[in-house]
Amino acid sequence: MLQKLKNGLVDSQIFKSIFRHGYPDNDLDRAYAIFSNVFLHIHPVKVRRSALRMRYTFCLGGITLLLFIILSVTGIWLMFYYTPYTGLAYRNIKDLQFVIFGGNLMRDLHRFAAHGMVLFVWLHMTRVFLTGAYKAPREFNWIVGVVLLVNTLVLSWTGYLLPWDQLAYWAVTVGAKMASYTPFLGQNGPWGPQLGFLPTNDIMFMLLGGTVVGQNALIRFYVLHCVVLPLVVTVFLAVHFWRIRKDGFSGPL
Amino acid sequence: MDEKVTREIFPRDSRKSYGLVELMKKSAPIVRKEPEDTVYVWPNLLMIEMICAILVTVGLMVLIQFEHAPLRSLADPSTTPNPMRAPWYFLGLQELLVYFDPWYAGVVLPGMIILGLMLFPYLDVNPKGVGYYTYSERKFAVFNYSFGFALWWITIIIGTYLRGLDWQWYWPWSNHLEHMNPALVTLIPLHLIFVNWFHVSEGVGKIFTDIIFIGYFALGTLIPMIVWKPMYKAMGLWRYLTFMFFFLSMMGVALKIILRLLFNIKYVLVTPWINI
Repeated sequence: MLQKLKNGLVDSQIFKSIFRHGYPDNDLDRAYAIFSNVFLHIHPVKVRRSALRMRYTFCLGGITLLLFIILSVTGIWLMFYYTPYTGLAYRNIKDLQFVIFGGNLMRDLHRFAAHGMVLFVWLHMTRVFLTGAYKAPREFNWIVGVVLLVNTLVLSWTGYLLPWDQLAYWAVTVGAKMASYTPFLGQNGPWGPQLGFLPTNDIMFMLLGGTVVGQNALIRFYVLHCVVLPLVVTVFLAVHFWRIRKDGFSGPL
Repeated sequence: MDEKVTREIFPRDSRKSYGLVELMKKSAPIVRKEPEDTVYVWPNLLMIEMICAILVTVGLMVLIQFEHAPLRSLADPSTTPNPMRAPWYFLGLQELLVYFDPWYAGVVLPGMIILGLMLFPYLDVNPKGVGYYTYSERKFAVFNYSFGFALWWITIIIGTYLRGLDWQWYWPWSNHLEHMNPALVTLIPLHLIFVNWFHVSEGVGKIFTDIIFIGYFALGTLIPMIVWKPMYKAMGLWRYLTFMFFFLSMMGVALKIILRLLFNIKYVLVTPWINI
């Protein structure tokens, strides 16, 4: 009976219009399942048996991607309840904690997936380093990876400000103060004042939209955290995966 | 590298829209392998990925049963928490502020770490050790990576567990509620030590430290050039100089940490514009 139900489902016009191949229980349909699917076609159709060995990659890059997806989903959910306004932001988080159903769950998931992503990006980089996978012809993909690492850190840091509590405010204040010490471009940096940079026009002012962390800084960090940086990461991720396929997998032969 | 074209039978020509496959002497993905060695991604690889995804998700769900996202009191510009800690992944940089001025610890050094990481594939000319874990075939490369990240993690651990009020050094058994007396430690720039030792003027002391600073980079570059000639020859001049600049800067960070913690040296190099 089950077999009949399955056949009826797979042979239906709706299934065929979506997947354009039969149930992948034979080699032809297994091949179609990969390369006719927009999400799965980042994989090759076949891989060497030895490339499946877990103790080579430990799935570290894949776990990083999974955490990024979890962060995107929980992050978009959190956006429904969050207002980037200094008078409301903290209260919104309190509401998430005590009023909104699932608020704590989503916030905790977002927070710890973020810590996890930083950790796993680093673990993945260490794996790639130790297996020499950055060597020719894969040098450029290593650079893309470093860009993704930096983006991950900046994403984490911009997200830090959004709850607008003491932890957020002072971590970002101290971090932004660093920018004012940038040589040539910061009010406190070497050769900064000589080049005419003041608290009201230097690189820290550009970052915060003011001389202190306030409403302008909050909206800047919010837009960077929720729109700009995730888009940048997505684009570089696409290049990163594309290059793995083009440059070839480094793994055991 | 053995990835050279063995024999170019049909040279590439930009006027032709078609191409012919070249003969390669290399171990590309499927070359020299029986087709039977491969398996279908569906279901073999996809199943592994799915199990992995489920395990990570479950792990995350378990973790958040025990640990929750923190939320302190409302942001207050008039009250600074003490000590003020950055997120853990930046604690290494925050800890470096003890040893260097902010323009170096907070801006130049992070920039150099990023640039150095990006350049690594172009500076590592050793063709061995691709696609498998090995230490013996590429000791120096592994040493460099490990040394850099050991510094990164050690400073994070110091920042997390060994720093307390006013970012002073607190042992786990010290009283973390009591302020340390900052007058117990006097930091001095290196040239003043020479002034005391040799009874020279401050200007002469500074010349000593200038010579030490420049000498560190000059000798650090020249000596391996002579002692490890094969390495220098394999890298070529510019690659070698670039690598040495990053290598000696990294070692310099470690040396400065030691000088500061053991001998209370504030600056090695003092100039009218910058101090390191």
